[in-house]
Amino acid sequence: MSETSTSPELLKTPDGTPLKVALNRTLRYRKRTALLLVAPLFLFVMVTFLFPIFDMLSRSVDNKIVHEVLPKTSALLSEWDDSTGKLPDEAVFKSLVLEGQIAAKAKTFNKLGKRLNYETSGMSSLFRKTGRKLQRFDPEKLKTTYTDHILSIDKKWKHIEKWQLIKRESSKYTASYYYAALDAQMTASGLAFKDDNKQIYLTLFKRTLYMSTLITFLTILLGYPIAFLLASLKTRTSNLLMILVLLPFWTSLLVRTSAWIALLQKEGVINDFLVGIGLISDESRLQMIHNQTGTIISMTHILLPFMILPLFSVMKTISPSYMRAARSMGATPFTAFRRIYFPNTIAGIGAGGILVFILSIGFYITPALVGGTDGTMISNFIAYHISESLNWGLAAALGTILLLLVLALYILYDKIVGIDNMKFG
Amino acid sequence: MNNAFKHSLLATAIAVGSAGITAASAETEMVVVSWGGAYTKSQQLAYHDPYMAKNPNIKIINDDSSAEAAAKIRAQAEAGNVSWDLVDVEPDTAIALCDEGLLVEFDYDKDFVPAPDGTSAKDDFGASAEVSPCFVPQIVFSTTFGYRTDILKNPPKTIHDVFDLEKFPGKRALQKHPAGNLEWALIADGVDAADVYDVLDTEAGVDRAFKKLDTIKDQVVWWTKGAQPGQLLADGEVVMGSAYNGRLFAAIEENKQPIGMMWDWQLFALDGWVVPKGAPNMAEVMKYLKFATDSQRLADQAKYISYGPARASSAPLVGKHAELGIEMGPHMPTAPANAKHTILKDVSWWADHVDELRERFESWVAS
Repeated sequence: MSETSTSPELLKTPDGTPLKVALNRTLRYRKRTALLLVAPLFLFVMVTFLFPIFDMLSRSVDNKIVHEVLPKTSALLSEWDDSTGKLPDEAVFKSLVLEGQIAAKAKTFNKLGKRLNYETSGMSSLFRKTGRKLQRFDPEKLKTTYTDHILSIDKKWKHIEKWQLIKRESSKYTASYYYAALDAQMTASGLAFKDDNKQIYLTLFKRTLYMSTLITFLTILLGYPIAFLLASLKTRTSNLLMILVLLPFWTSLLVRTSAWIALLQKEGVINDFLVGIGLISDESRLQMIHNQTGTIISMTHILLPFMILPLFSVMKTISPSYMRAARSMGATPFTAFRRIYFPNTIAGIGAGGILVFILSIGFYITPALVGGTDGTMISNFIAYHISESLNWGLAAALGTILLLLVLALYILYDKIVGIDNMKFG
Repeated sequence: MNNAFKHSLLATAIAVGSAGITAASAETEMVVVSWGGAYTKSQQLAYHDPYMAKNPNIKIINDDSSAEAAAKIRAQAEAGNVSWDLVDVEPDTAIALCDEGLLVEFDYDKDFVPAPDGTSAKDDFGASAEVSPCFVPQIVFSTTFGYRTDILKNPPKTIHDVFDLEKFPGKRALQKHPAGNLEWALIADGVDAADVYDVLDTEAGVDRAFKKLDTIKDQVVWWTKGAQPGQLLADGEVVMGSAYNGRLFAAIEENKQPIGMMWDWQLFALDGWVVPKGAPNMAEVMKYLKFATDSQRLADQAKYISYGPARASSAPLVGKHAELGIEMGPHMPTAPANAKHTILKDVSWWADHVDELRERFESWVAS
């Protein structure tokens, strides 16, 4: 008995193990349980979120195809000095014929043509034609040089730009999708912006940011009074009114967008009404849909609940006695609101704002339906490149830039407002 | 992926079911992908139903995903899980996917039957057989113009009238896509139709086409879905507009709208079948295709929708509309009276240039 009481470092549990060991064991066990508990979520996030994002990032720079289809040709081309203005030598042509033949039989030659066509129009059909001829080519029967043979298939191979392009795109990773996503292009004389009439993505990025910002401000402007009303009314009435906010929130996005088309179109309800009361003539009906105005109106409406709900839950926690205290100390209603109430709601504005902004930056269906020409956003072009043009590299590059933009704004928000201040309720 | 899931679910259900009964009814389910709506219906009536009646062991399941076919076929191939057997696509999709080696190449004379008079399949399909070795065409459809007969008392007769705002004031509906619009702009600007693609091949030619389009740009309503132009015309939002001829036929003959057809320089395009490599029921699909692409079957489809059959030998076999009872011959875009001036869309030229021109077109439309 006296032994245990004199040496405190040898505290033991009833079964004789030192207390330290037992404690560690319990902690380890707990950690393991906790890990096991989050494992499903962790796996889920890995599979559905991290892996796709990683896949997107790698697609936006992946350029293995040139190297895979024409390994020797691209190696030979890397030694070719393209600044002399002379075509590559016979060895390059020979390896293009031999490797092209293998590739054409393996059906990878045209795929390469398609990849290079993203950089220069016309490569696709050049490769298709060359591949078709090469498939039937028999090296034994060749009477001319390989150079002449290729040129006899298509004289476009005489253009030095075609060879420069293959040389430039020979590396396993490329930045050309990012250049294209920023309306630029690598040319023989270096990186340059495309012609004005071919620029499109920078305008779209700017427009997407502009429209998302505007929509965020509009939802704050419209949502704030509503949330205030909901928070200050009696629970019975505010619950009833809350249904009016939630009902559209639960309605399908497509239905709400179509409803706006019915309201805003030329032969729509609003125009009919305005003509009916004689405010505008039948000929000068307003164009309110299939343009930016229509997109902003319908997106503001669709995203309004995402602003009202966080605002409401924050306002609910502000005790009315704060305002009463301010008033009793002589503040005007406006000053009391400005100095006491408003600062307390910043957290809600921040939460709602960032929610609406991030949702609208990636909005796709509504701009596609009512956007017309000046209301389309960057996501519509990402969708186009995914499903129609099949240029997944460019789609991935556009998506990555969008992701970086959101992250940058998030960091900016953290610096200015502070992410800890954000409250969803 | 949803389809793959549905398909595997069905397959499982059938496997379980047949294992339970042990009757081993060897039923093969073929997934046929098409455009949906009236078009899939016409295929169902002309091809699927007769084929299933003849081959009770085959069950054809329709999937209306042709609009996303390119991306989905590629995704299925990348995932190594091809669930589609037969897909209806436009030639540009067929060319792109064939280039990537994702489609089965056909041998026309072996895979398809000759015409009733013995002409080989390849000759019977003619130029349309040259589009891509992976593509067998069913129909010729055209993008042409419709106009409001009640608003335009003096009807437009030529493509020049579309670009003439003085004689024919009012909004026009055009497809929000460079294909077709650029060709028409050049012809209206005086370019010989035979040279259109040579002119477009140059930067100056493209500039010229856009310059011509500039003259009507502020009077254009752009459409993206096939159903829109008919609706825009019916609503009176536009006085004339380009549209697929089958949609205009439906608006005029089925819905009795006051719309007239202007066939001048209609743009011919094709639509047909492709088979993804690794299709689950390859042998059955090839048998089906042999049936569905014979001369009579192609002519039958025209009973249900006003698109022209792709085989020359089918033209004389086209009969009356199945419900309306009107003679379909004169409504075919290929009918001699309608086809005085036509452009055949050069799909391989467009395969090269569509990305670049689409970007230029979008930036032009938005500016």
